[in-house]
Amino acid sequence: MNFNLQEALKTSLFETFYMVGLSLVISVVVGGILGLFLYLTTSKLFFKNVIVNQTFGVVVNILRSIPFIILLVLLLPITKAIVGTTIGAKSVVVPLTVTAIAFYARLAQAAFSEVDKGVIEAANACGAHPVKIIFGILIPEALVGLVNGITVTTISLIGYSAMAGTVGGGGIGDLAIRYGYQRYETEVMFVCVAILVVIVQLIQLTGDSAAKKVKRNS
Amino acid sequence: MIGMKYMIRFENLSVSFAQKTGQLHAVNNVSLNIGKGQIYGLVGASGAGKSTLLRTINLLERPTSGKVFVNGNLINGLKGEELRKYRRNIGIIFQHFNLASSKTVRENVEFPLKAANVPKVQIRQRVEELLELVGLSDKSEVYPSKLSGGQKQRVGIARALANNASILLCDEATSALDPETTTSILNLLEDINKKYGITIIIITHELDVVKAICTEMAVMNSGHVVEQGRVIDIISNPQDPFTKKLISHTENFNLPEYVVKQFGSDSILRITYLGADATNPVLSEASKAYDVNISILHGKIDYISHTPVGTLIVSIKGDQEDVQKAIDYIKNKTLRVEVGANEL
Repeated sequence: MNFNLQEALKTSLFETFYMVGLSLVISVVVGGILGLFLYLTTSKLFFKNVIVNQTFGVVVNILRSIPFIILLVLLLPITKAIVGTTIGAKSVVVPLTVTAIAFYARLAQAAFSEVDKGVIEAANACGAHPVKIIFGILIPEALVGLVNGITVTTISLIGYSAMAGTVGGGGIGDLAIRYGYQRYETEVMFVCVAILVVIVQLIQLTGDSAAKKVKRNS
Repeated sequence: MIGMKYMIRFENLSVSFAQKTGQLHAVNNVSLNIGKGQIYGLVGASGAGKSTLLRTINLLERPTSGKVFVNGNLINGLKGEELRKYRRNIGIIFQHFNLASSKTVRENVEFPLKAANVPKVQIRQRVEELLELVGLSDKSEVYPSKLSGGQKQRVGIARALANNASILLCDEATSALDPETTTSILNLLEDINKKYGITIIIITHELDVVKAICTEMAVMNSGHVVEQGRVIDIISNPQDPFTKKLISHTENFNLPEYVVKQFGSDSILRITYLGADATNPVLSEASKAYDVNISILHGKIDYISHTPVGTLIVSIKGDQEDVQKAIDYIKNKTLRVEVGANEL
């Protein structure tokens, strides 16, 4: 073995955290807002608007139906325009974020939809402004679902980030493919997979305990 | 005339919904007046439109046609900030309480005050007042999931009254509660009505609720108001066939058939009398005066709007002429007499 596995792992881990972390933060904010918007435009208690809702819904669905590896290639011009390059971890953040926005938007929408309509109606009946209902009732009531959505999105992002190698983005998944699969260094593959399993477990545990903390009412 | 006498006045009000099969007229040309400071009952089977009618008062439902006056003002067209301001004056409580599960009791009650931009210091004080009023001062930091149904509804009441509402709408507010809890919630509502003079409108399918605390009522059937008036009048002497049916579900008592056979259907009387008559020995006087034998087959006393209403089922035997005279005598001295077992 003519490369330092430890060194390579360190670099790859950093790349994975960088790609997943950055795209997660952006997608939770943007996707959350998009999910809220999708919910508000379906709900009679807020601003039901079928045309607006379906237009945005179709865009989200299109993004979600394109396999990530293809989206990564399709978005290359946009990536170039935004980050100035089409290679490296930085450039992978763009398609990862786009995918995750669409993904998290639907999860957030589902979380909002699960909020008891009667509770919204009660807030409406007491003369609260919609902004106060959204921040005072809707988001706190949907928080457990929103947190669970973040957990699921993070784990999906780690999966997608394995394809970053296509454009030289690196990351732990890429390391597994290049050394473990393409160079027949099976132990590298095993080590990478083991690390991924541990990371995903940790994320799930953290996510679950965060959700539990939020769900003080149980 | 739209004077201050009426708190709420519906004028030819209709609410329709578009459905696949055509228009559904949930409320159909309803005109109704509800007096200030009253506890008003709105009864009917489910789907009769009573909840829709109630919700036009705070415009959770928009009327298709007709007018709603509240405190003398036409409210149909209210929108935006005007509507929100108006709604703060009208509390509503729900069958399933509709409390925010992520908020403590205190936070739930705080919400309408925050929504009305009440200063923080006042919010604190008001919440304490409200929780004391509903008897939940010790539960302020508890989450709704830890409360019983009755306690949840008390929080609902505190929340509904937070901004000093002058009208309280109760949408099947006791339907999810057991009888004992129902009574305690009704007592609380009655206290609030007396203390603050709030007009309370209660929607329910349980006649007992109306009997317990309402003074006036309306009966709804498939979108129409079929009967309205004083509770005691309607319950003791229903006119509309639907009302009769509704009342007989809870009120009717069927004599066992062998008893009817034994005494003969024609000899059986159902006597209804009001509180004041209860102390008069009408039956014994009738039997002394007219040489008839009276056997009591069934009897009960109901309390409607705190007035006792008695029902007696008796058999009256004797010479035909005497029997008729005795019946006339009893008729004169009581609210109502129905003759024959089939009338029961």
